[in-house]
Amino acid sequence: MSERSANGQALFEAKSLRKVFPGVVANDDVSFAVGAGEVHALLGENGAGKSTLVKMIYGLLRPDGGEMRLRGAPYAPARPGEARAAGIGMVFQHFSLFEALTVAENVALGMNDAPRARALDARIREVSEAYGLPLDPGRRVGELSVGERQRIEIVRALLQAPRLLIMDEPTSVLTPSEAETLFGTLRTLAEEGVSILYISHKLEEIRALCSAATILRGGKVSGRCDPRAETARSLAEMMIGRALAAPKATDWKPGAARLSVEKLTLPSAEPFGVTLRSLDLTLRAGDVLGVAGVAGNGQDELVAALSGETRTRPEAIRLGGAPIGGLGPEARRALGLSVAPEERLGHAAAPDMSLSENTILTARGRAGLASRGFLRKAAAEGFANRIVTEFGVRTAGVSHAARSLSGGNLQKFVVGREILQKPDVLIAAQPTWGVDAGAAETIRGAIRSLAAGGAAVMVISQDLDELMEISTLLSVISEGRLSFPVPVADITVEQIALLMGGGARAEADADA
Amino acid sequence: MLELVARKEASRFMLWLTPALAVVLTMLSGLALFALLGKDPFEAVRVIFVEPLLDPFSRTELLVKGAPLVLIAIGLSFGFRAGIWNIGAEGQFTIGALTAGAVALAFWNVEGIWLLPLMALAGAAGGAAWAMIPAWLRIRFNANEILVSLMLVYVAELLLSAMVGGPLRDPDGFNFPESRMFHDSATLPIIIEGSRAHVGALAALGAVVIAYVLLHRHLFGFEVRLFGQAPRAARFAGFREARLVAACLGLSGALAGLAGMFEASGPVGQLVPALPSGYGFTAIIVAFLGRLHPVGILLAGAVMALTYIGGETAQMAMNLPAAAINVFQGMLLFFLLGIDVLVNYRIRLRRAL
Amino acid sequence: MDLSALNPADLAFSLIVAATPLLFAALGELVVEKSGVLNLGVEGMMILGAIGGFATAHGSGSLALAALAGAGAGALLAALFALMTQYLMSNQVATGLALTLFGLGVASLVGQGYAGQTLQVSARLDIPGLTDIPVIGRLLFGHDPLVYLSLVATALVWWFLNRSRAGLILRAVGENHEAAHAIGYPVRLVRVSAILFGGAMAGLGGAYLAVVQTPLWVEGMTAGRGWIALAIVVFAAWRPWRALLGAYVFGGVTIVQLNLQALGVAIESQYLSMAPYLVTILVLVVISADRARARLDAPACLGKPFYASS
Repeated sequence: MSERSANGQALFEAKSLRKVFPGVVANDDVSFAVGAGEVHALLGENGAGKSTLVKMIYGLLRPDGGEMRLRGAPYAPARPGEARAAGIGMVFQHFSLFEALTVAENVALGMNDAPRARALDARIREVSEAYGLPLDPGRRVGELSVGERQRIEIVRALLQAPRLLIMDEPTSVLTPSEAETLFGTLRTLAEEGVSILYISHKLEEIRALCSAATILRGGKVSGRCDPRAETARSLAEMMIGRALAAPKATDWKPGAARLSVEKLTLPSAEPFGVTLRSLDLTLRAGDVLGVAGVAGNGQDELVAALSGETRTRPEAIRLGGAPIGGLGPEARRALGLSVAPEERLGHAAAPDMSLSENTILTARGRAGLASRGFLRKAAAEGFANRIVTEFGVRTAGVSHAARSLSGGNLQKFVVGREILQKPDVLIAAQPTWGVDAGAAETIRGAIRSLAAGGAAVMVISQDLDELMEISTLLSVISEGRLSFPVPVADITVEQIALLMGGGARAEADADA
Repeated sequence: MLELVARKEASRFMLWLTPALAVVLTMLSGLALFALLGKDPFEAVRVIFVEPLLDPFSRTELLVKGAPLVLIAIGLSFGFRAGIWNIGAEGQFTIGALTAGAVALAFWNVEGIWLLPLMALAGAAGGAAWAMIPAWLRIRFNANEILVSLMLVYVAELLLSAMVGGPLRDPDGFNFPESRMFHDSATLPIIIEGSRAHVGALAALGAVVIAYVLLHRHLFGFEVRLFGQAPRAARFAGFREARLVAACLGLSGALAGLAGMFEASGPVGQLVPALPSGYGFTAIIVAFLGRLHPVGILLAGAVMALTYIGGETAQMAMNLPAAAINVFQGMLLFFLLGIDVLVNYRIRLRRAL
Repeated sequence: MDLSALNPADLAFSLIVAATPLLFAALGELVVEKSGVLNLGVEGMMILGAIGGFATAHGSGSLALAALAGAGAGALLAALFALMTQYLMSNQVATGLALTLFGLGVASLVGQGYAGQTLQVSARLDIPGLTDIPVIGRLLFGHDPLVYLSLVATALVWWFLNRSRAGLILRAVGENHEAAHAIGYPVRLVRVSAILFGGAMAGLGGAYLAVVQTPLWVEGMTAGRGWIALAIVVFAAWRPWRALLGAYVFGGVTIVQLNLQALGVAIESQYLSMAPYLVTILVLVVISADRARARLDAPACLGKPFYASS
């Protein structure tokens, strides 16, 4: 059970909360309490109902049943403004920031009664320094790093002196050292009596930070515990509801070089994008290169440069020795380079097209789905059916639109579409992001066996555990620079942590 | 309270039901509009929608008015699907008529069956070239094609007016700003005896068939649909935006130019400043009403041509203002866009909490 | 050609008159686009404002009433756009086009009885002493009140967008509607208000055109001015003072070509009449060519529909 504050009364209580969306019960009979000054973890897999729950607390959604109490009094916010007025602050996982506006304007937007511009600038400086989160109020948000952006969200929440601060997956965008700083800030706040509702699926940080935890599974409370008294393994088993399987080791014999990148420098075309700086790498047959790093450090730009969506100097990228930097995506695919981008809907697949039409996107050449400009619809349907069968995609049929599939199933489809074309090189970005455990296992298995069959694979992911499990080599991308790949067997998590905090740059500078 | 709930997939049933629903709603509003104008509403509806169908000559006029609408709308539908907004078809129509007319006048005293094909070629090329201006400016300079193509409508109309008042003016025309009448070799053959229906109707029908094949069986149609739905996915698939912009604008310009040539060498028979009569704009309504689908456009073109002919009859028979038909057409587009919501959303009754 | 027939003060005066309808319409559209909505129906709202203003002035002889009627007519049509795009989730580009076609139709239907009629509405300022100062007197103190209103409106729109909290919220909605919604701002309400304001301003511009600039009703008399106003917003990079500059540049082009026509320059009048349209294209090309700059200036959510899923 959760701890209560000294007088035995919880600051915040949820009783039998229920929220139903068409076709899904997102929250069912969810009850928990947060004491004053308590750091309370809300733990669960993707899709367990955590986001729905906190949206109800913050006034973005209204419960269909049950009630909430704040300091013992009934609490039913109709909109976020009411939640803020009642003393509840929130830091979103996907930032609610405006890139074209300044830091101060962003903060003002998140406050119910923002002071005048000059006074606000002073308060931002004051609060941000007091909690070790330095910020310049006049900067445009678009120019700031991800870590700095999160500071804005936190400062914005703190300026309103909240009693309960909700943090939604705050460390998913931070380097390990930035996360350490954040934990310091949160502990200070808790000592000052602020309660914190901490949402995460990262078990170690919950054990380090939280004194109580409520675990959600399938929209229901599946357990309560004191995380300090649990192991990461026991927490994980409560979260996924079954015992964990040990990761499998892979046999690995690297072969000939398949893909090589040499001194790839590429300024970003986007207003707030990342510039790739002098990238070097070689992928050999049998390699699975894991590229770790915090989102927004050049991953998107790297994928675009490899897929051919962005052209480069021809010699900067070679496939089996031939320069391909100047070629477009279709020509690269024909030569054996396949890419599965991170964004499933709208990038890897067209939301409103059927699965069978979606195969034509990338497989029209290698799988022969078009001839002399005319579509071969039957062939496309057959290919789509093969993907569905071989990768266990759950769908009512390949004539259904891509957007009707769940995230995990669509991801299996996208990865399957590329793998079934038997590429020599596969680049997969965040292949298991937001995917349920079963689908993630299918995808990882398929990637492993593709490499085992002689292809070279690059996996870009923010999930270190996943990379450690499937990669043979590991590298870190940071501020558009890529560290030299190291065999996974020879690397420790601490080394990676160091690289993610900007070590790649130090190393690259030393090279130069 | 009513609430919209997003559907997981677009409803195919609604996709075809909503245009019919829009037509019905427009009819009902039309009754109100005509009553407001002090006309007998039911009589007006009968004159506009029923009478033209009963009269043999009016039936052939459907082909005369429908052909340019369908031809232009077919061209526009590709761009609209891809998110490339050519709204200057009226200008391309004008330039097509002008270039084709210039050819006709250049060979004014020469007979030959090669003249009409040459004029068609000139008209299509002229329209396409005019449309390539916004295409090139968008590709090269990122300029908005909506505004550029629209501005060029005014320029094209002024150019036509300058031409028929200058180099192309009829030398025996008492300084009237009109060209000579085209002679027989430059006039479209009539396909139905005793009517004005010309071969343009067959060309429009051919365009429908070709467009259907392109859109549903060919990679070009796939590319168009993909760009419209998910531009990023289209680039990932390896399609090039610049090429598509040029292709869509060029295609719609060529078809609009061809329609202009048909108009000049068909019903009008010469170049006059008033030649562009709004087909290029009405075709936008036809394209949407037809769901950007070739067969739908054929049906929508027929409906729209009916309102033109019925409108003209009503003007004479009931003294109904000409603009009433424009309002009527505008309403039709509004109703269609409005109830389109049913394709992607369901309406749910929300109980009060 | 006799250039001495041109009086610079008269030219400047008529330039301001020609620019004012464009300025009203552009300011309105600027606010609409800042909220993330692209309303291509400016031409339709403008011509409806023109006939509304003309008919009212014809009946009442009052410039103030005509301006109000014009603004009201524009806002009414804008309300239709708001309903369609914000509640029925229709495509903004298509709906804007429909608005223009519909507005042109309604205006010519209503305007039938007024075709070719002229107006006598004069409300020019006449401050004894000041207005009589040679050259600049009439230029500074001799306009009708709407000219001054358009200048005040420019300042107010600037203040609203850059200094007021409501303006900050409006910009936030246009930059990132998801985030604005997450913080708790009523995205739809903000946009509907902006759309109505834009309609009223376009209608006001139309009324000015039909009542003051050319006090004569001609079908389709806006002749593409609504579209030029849209181009001015792009030219202005969504900044009110630059919209003023843009409107005056276009006013200048219009006046110069009209005067050249009047002078009987040896160019066909049709070619001179093309000038405003060609200048619009040229300006669009110059402004848009720097893609990065253009991306940064434009509101990030411009034209994207917002559907609150939660």
